Amino acid sequence: MLELRNVDAYYGNIQALKGINLEVREGEIITLIGANGAGKSTTLMSISGIVPPRNGQVLYKGEPIHNVAPDKIVAMGICQVPEGRHIFPQLTVQENLDMGAFLRSDKRGIQKDLDYVFSLFPILDERRHQAGGNLSGGEQQMLAMSRALMARPDLLLLDEPSMGLAPLIIRQIFEIIKKINDENNTTIFLVEQNANQALHIADRGYVIENGSITISDDADKLLANQDVQKAYLGG
Amino acid sequence: MEYFIELLFSGLTRGAIYALIALGYTMVYGIIGLINFAHGEIYMIGAFTAFIVSTVLSILGFPLLAIIVLAGLAAAVWSSAYGYTVEKLAYKPLRHAPRLSPLISAIGMSIFLQNYVLLAQTSDFQPFPELIPEFDFMEPFVHIVGSSDMVILVVTTLMMVGLTLLIKFTRIGKAMRATSQDRKMAMLVGINVDRVISATFIVGSALAAVGGLLIASHIGQINFFIGFIAGIKAFTAAVLGGIGSIPGAVLGGVILGLTESFATGYVSSDYEDVFAFSLLVLILIFKPSGLLGKAEIQKV
Ligand SMILES: Nc1ncnc2c1ncn2[C@@H]1O[C@H](COP(=O)(O)OP(=O)(O)OP(=O)(O)O)[C@@H](O)[C@H]1O
Ligand SMILES: [Mg+2]
Repeated sequence: MLELRNVDAYYGNIQALKGINLEVREGEIITLIGANGAGKSTTLMSISGIVPPRNGQVLYKGEPIHNVAPDKIVAMGICQVPEGRHIFPQLTVQENLDMGAFLRSDKRGIQKDLDYVFSLFPILDERRHQAGGNLSGGEQQMLAMSRALMARPDLLLLDEPSMGLAPLIIRQIFEIIKKINDENNTTIFLVEQNANQALHIADRGYVIENGSITISDDADKLLANQDVQKAYLGG
Repeated sequence: MEYFIELLFSGLTRGAIYALIALGYTMVYGIIGLINFAHGEIYMIGAFTAFIVSTVLSILGFPLLAIIVLAGLAAAVWSSAYGYTVEKLAYKPLRHAPRLSPLISAIGMSIFLQNYVLLAQTSDFQPFPELIPEFDFMEPFVHIVGSSDMVILVVTTLMMVGLTLLIKFTRIGKAMRATSQDRKMAMLVGINVDRVISATFIVGSALAAVGGLLIASHIGQINFFIGFIAGIKAFTAAVLGGIGSIPGAVLGGVILGLTESFATGYVSSDYEDVFAFSLLVLILIFKPSGLLGKAEIQKV
């Protein structure tokens, strides 16, 4: 469904991605783990067209998208929940969700998806008319994920959804990621530093170090891999 | 008392025009963080467009109302075309450059447009046709408020209400709000940010053009330099209200207009501009974020 081939990405003269190769198949949950500054967020931004690759190719459903504008990429079915959530602070919860459906015009489908995200996160329904900026961190993460779901993506990119949240909320978020994948067959590309939990819900995983993929394997094999354990699983 | 009311109305009229121009500064700043120094010239070009169109139409014998409406439309469209083009030529190529570069480019654009109109129109003041007649029903109030003040107040109010509705309820308005709050996220929900930026320049320019028509007809003359002082005053209004804030621009405009009117009426008219800029200095010292502006949050 999604394939990165030898992707290089730069910020000015600084090279953040060095020949990234990876593949995400339809219906999978894939996780990308790595330390701070390894290039995880940059990988997602390259896919979304915000930091277009300087070299290499990004293929989505067989089509090259590395020269496509970010809004067109969203229209093709790829949505990202960026690191730090990026809620529109002065828009209400409802308006934030409406923004997620910005490119859609099927009123009934939108309403259906709205009901769906409220069923996933009932708290958002209660906070509907509150400004997004006033939500707690956990609520903002729920809102950010819901906003992305409102676009009804085929491929959902999640950047460290567990960042800064309490363990209980983290578990809830991971359960819901699994649920979204199960119920809607939404393909998920999950970037995490919380390697343990991520690998538990993922089918396969990649490890990124200094802008390059160093290991790729099935999730259960990565959990058992000694190098991975040492570096990312605290064991 | 009558004198007070007279000053009040003249202050409100001025303030309304400042506000109309200030909206363009504040909207552009809200979306791309740039002080568009060429905005005053866009206003001036609006006034010239209205001047040319209304002169031609009155020679052709059009009725006054048709002249006003057509001149206003022509000014809005023509100024918008300039605003749109200025952004595409002078700012868009510099979008990822250091902050100072587009600012310098804006000043360059302002100087260029002034000189271009200077060459095309000479530096002499041109008499602007009086488009707004004295209404009979305004007769009893004529010593405190003129018909043209009244028309200016009504038209600017309508335009501000229209702008508010546009921003609150239309698709492009929502995209503008989202873009001004978080540009990268706006892209990630599928907003074409280039288009939002263009729309912002178009709307801001159209408002300024209508302001140009109204004030030119009120004062009765124009030349290539009118955009400079009006631009600085409106910019002051925008900063006063809190740059980036739309209600702030309106509030800032009104406060500035009233201050100037009362200060010149009760103190001295020699120092008209001094009051405006003293106000600017004071606000920059005591509340740099402006009356309704948010203190700048450092973006990570
Ligand atoms: N806007 C930017 N400008 C310059 N360099 C950047 C920018 N964003 C990231 N980088 C650099 O690119 C490299 C990769 O950063 P990236 O944000 O992709 O890492 P990450 O794996 O997501 O890290 P984290 O876990 O801390 O989020 C880092 O060296 C970082 O300093
Ligand atoms: Mg990151």
